[in-house]
Amino acid sequence: MRDVAIIGVGQTKVGEHWATSLRHLALEAVQAAMADAGVTRADALYVGNMLSGELAGQEHLGALVADFAGLRGIEAFKVEAACGSGAAALRMGYVAVAGGLADIVVVVGVEKMTDMLGPDTTAALAMAADGDYEAAQGASFVAINALLMRRYMHEYGYNHQDFAPFAVNAHRNGTNNPHAMFRFPVTAERFARAKMICDPINLLDSSPICDGAAAVVLAPADAARALSAAPIRIAASAVGTDALAVHDRRDPLVLDGAVLSTRRACEQAGIEPQDVDLFELHDAFGIMAALSLEAAGFADKGQGLRLALEGEIGIEGRVPIATMGGLKARGHPVGATGVYQVVEVVQQLRGLAGANQVPNARTGLAQNIGGSGATVVTHILERME
Amino acid sequence: MTNNDQPTILKPDRDVGIIGYGAYVPRYRLPASEVARVWTGGQGGTPIKEKSVPGLDEDVVTMSIEAARNALARAGDVDPALIRAVWVGSESHPYAVKPTSTIVAEAIGATPHTQAGDWEFACKAGTEALQAAIGFVGSGMARYALAIGMDTAQARPGDALEYTASAGGAACLVGPAEEALAVFEGSFSYVTDTPDFWRRAYQHYPSHGGRFTGQPAYFKHIAAAAQGLMQALGTEPADYTHAVFHQPNAKFPQTAAKRLGFAPEQIKTGLLADEIGNTYAGSSLIGLTAILDVVAPGDRVLLVSYGSGAGSDAISLRVTEAVPERRRRAPMTRDYIARRVEIDYATYARFTRKLRK
Repeated sequence: MRDVAIIGVGQTKVGEHWATSLRHLALEAVQAAMADAGVTRADALYVGNMLSGELAGQEHLGALVADFAGLRGIEAFKVEAACGSGAAALRMGYVAVAGGLADIVVVVGVEKMTDMLGPDTTAALAMAADGDYEAAQGASFVAINALLMRRYMHEYGYNHQDFAPFAVNAHRNGTNNPHAMFRFPVTAERFARAKMICDPINLLDSSPICDGAAAVVLAPADAARALSAAPIRIAASAVGTDALAVHDRRDPLVLDGAVLSTRRACEQAGIEPQDVDLFELHDAFGIMAALSLEAAGFADKGQGLRLALEGEIGIEGRVPIATMGGLKARGHPVGATGVYQVVEVVQQLRGLAGANQVPNARTGLAQNIGGSGATVVTHILERME
Repeated sequence: MTNNDQPTILKPDRDVGIIGYGAYVPRYRLPASEVARVWTGGQGGTPIKEKSVPGLDEDVVTMSIEAARNALARAGDVDPALIRAVWVGSESHPYAVKPTSTIVAEAIGATPHTQAGDWEFACKAGTEALQAAIGFVGSGMARYALAIGMDTAQARPGDALEYTASAGGAACLVGPAEEALAVFEGSFSYVTDTPDFWRRAYQHYPSHGGRFTGQPAYFKHIAAAAQGLMQALGTEPADYTHAVFHQPNAKFPQTAAKRLGFAPEQIKTGLLADEIGNTYAGSSLIGLTAILDVVAPGDRVLLVSYGSGAGSDAISLRVTEAVPERRRRAPMTRDYIARRVEIDYATYARFTRKLRK
């Protein structure tokens, strides 16, 4: 196995791109990443995407994006793992370069969610859940997360307002990220007054429906120094899975897939979770942030919220999360999210995160979750000295 | 068009204007808090205070006749037989096939030697009819033409639009400038294929694109039409005493006005959405009638409609010496708004036939 490095990153602004098509979004991110890497060719392209078939009537994204990006002829296909599609595509790129099957690989996550009406998008997102036992019973994704949040509050004695720090932190960081969808701060008071979506999840507990694309360029680490001034090594790439349906899980309040995924990644990198300088986690809802902190080993069961309440999730905190806004404020274009997370960790490790720079960041963890926890893809990145 | 690159404003060779206008709003009011009480347990904000609701015996035909008669009353001694077009813009015509306009034309005595037709362009059907009337009179083909924008708007129960979809509208009798109480200085339209709001055949309620109805739909078209007209006329916001923008709720027109550089005082008179809701094809025209009720000779008025699907008509008017005397001849727009009977959601459901026996 060869060491693999990221030699270029690119991203579009996350938002409601009504005038831009799926392929144009992907193109913008791919071009930006290839320009950043200083490469004009690639051996393979992997596209992370969840909903193009359902929302754009378009599958077959590998060849489509490769052709549109001027890479006609190369190996290309789409990788789908619900909201974990972006990081899953990166995983495939990593496998190809590490295995010596390709040298230069482009990975792009892209999602276009705003072309359909809200109910259509909600129904499409529910395909990440168990079709027979959850979605067919009418459980939307927000409903499943609302059940988890309600149970969490009941088991550990929290109230709704205790979740406010996740939204406050994400929006504070998003304010400084030019690519974020929401560039304004929110207060705990505003969180308390936010419109209820699916009790107990309110508008500010939820990541937005949006469009965006992010891309990275991979190369063998030993060649990366010659290609890039600031290559970032992928120290670990790991996947863990769990049952799709929450009721089939060992414990609904433990993300076993995330436990497995994090453990595998840390073993590969030879570190403990506490060794990382920042954690880009999958805060699609506040409850997912709390459960992720616990599953990844940053907090004991029921104590993930405590970290947030004690102010440890900020840029200067013990476990900085959502450092560029996270899913909540940067936005959650589902199949692109995993690549956005990795792009942002690269920005941090390069020291280019601006006002949100985590001091002296050397190692970063990115964790992308598909469904309510059935696919969990973890990457550990580190600065190459 | 004077050349191939630069579209010019619409302005007929012969100057024309409004010689009579009339509003109509049904008396019933449904507070937005009632909709919230039934559908959200009272949670969340409401886009307006209350909306008008048609009575059991009212529809676009009866309401158009009321507004048309008010317009004729203001016009004075116009022989209805000289009205060579009766055009009604609406998205709630009582019949799918059978014109509203023939019934209205018959009721006001314009038949049989007249054009009659129903216009459809979502909320700008009324101003579309008005521009056609300007052309009809301006060309000399007609001495008078009547344009009406009127709706009894439908919204799916529980939908965001149920707070605002309301009933009402206005009629404008167009004639030669020398008889006018307000003269048209020109108009300018901006139209694109933008699917923000629609209703297919056989569907009872319209669908809409949620947040898509804002920036790429309403705001883009309103701004393009307004700026295009003002640029061509060489006018600025400060030149207008009053302005009215299509008012689907209270917030959109205020935001559009602010972005274009209009002060709150300039749009205050025509901003009625908070009190009567969104009267769809009547929405910008009834704002205009409220303005004409108070303007002084020499005042300039800007009207900008918006219809989903999508397009905006911007129309510039200059008020003449005839307005003070003429407006007293029929009920004012504010008279109709003040004629208020509050109803609850159950009565609203009955009046708008949401309950099926």
